[in-house]
Amino acid sequence: MTFELSHFTAAVVFALCASTVFGITQRNNTRDMVRYGAYCFALFVGGVIVASWAMWLLKH
Amino acid sequence: MANAQNSAVKAGTATSNSLAVIAPLAGWLLPGLGHFIQRRWIRGLLLMLSVFIMFFAGLAMQGKVYGFNTGDLLDILGFVGDIGSGLLYFVARAMDWGAGNIQRAVADYGTKYIVVAGLLNIISAVDAYHIAIGKKQ
Repeated sequence: MTFELSHFTAAVVFALCASTVFGITQRNNTRDMVRYGAYCFALFVGGVIVASWAMWLLKH
Repeated sequence: MANAQNSAVKAGTATSNSLAVIAPLAGWLLPGLGHFIQRRWIRGLLLMLSVFIMFFAGLAMQGKVYGFNTGDLLDILGFVGDIGSGLLYFVARAMDWGAGNIQRAVADYGTKYIVVAGLLNIISAVDAYHIAIGKKQ
C-alpha cells in the first residue's frame, strides 16, 4: 500500500504525532499535557505556514 | 514491627528497581508497552498510536529503512533513529520493507517519518523510566 500526501498534509500528520508524544512525555498532569500538546501542534503548523509564506515571498 | 516495615520497603524498592529496567526496555521494544505495564493505559495507547502511525505512514510513502552501516554520517544517524522503533524496525527489516524510492519526493518525507518514529519512541521509553523511578506520576 502506498499513498501520496501533499506537503501540508504530511506536515500536519507529523505535527499531530510529534505533539502527542511531546505533550505526554514533557508534562506531569493531564491538563498540562493537553495544553502543551496543543501548544506544540500550533507551533508546528504555524511554523509551516510562516515558512511557506516566506518561501512564496522569496520566489516572487 | 520495624522489621516487617523494612521488609516491605525493601520489597517495594526491588519492584521499583526491576520496573526501572523493564519499563524502558519494554517501551523501546513495543511502543507504549512501558506505559501499559505501569497501568498508564491511555498514555500508552496514544504513544503507541503516534509511533505506529508515523512508522507505517513512512513505509506507505515508500520511505527508506536504514540498515546497519559504517558509511556516510547521515546514514549512520538514520540507522540510529530507525532502530529506536524497536520491534517495528526488526519486522520491517525482516520483511524487506522500506527499500526507498528516490524518484518520489514524498518517499523522502517517508524516510524522515520512520526516523522520527524511532526518536519519538526513545522519548516515550525514557518517560516510562521516569514513571518507574517515581520522578513522574
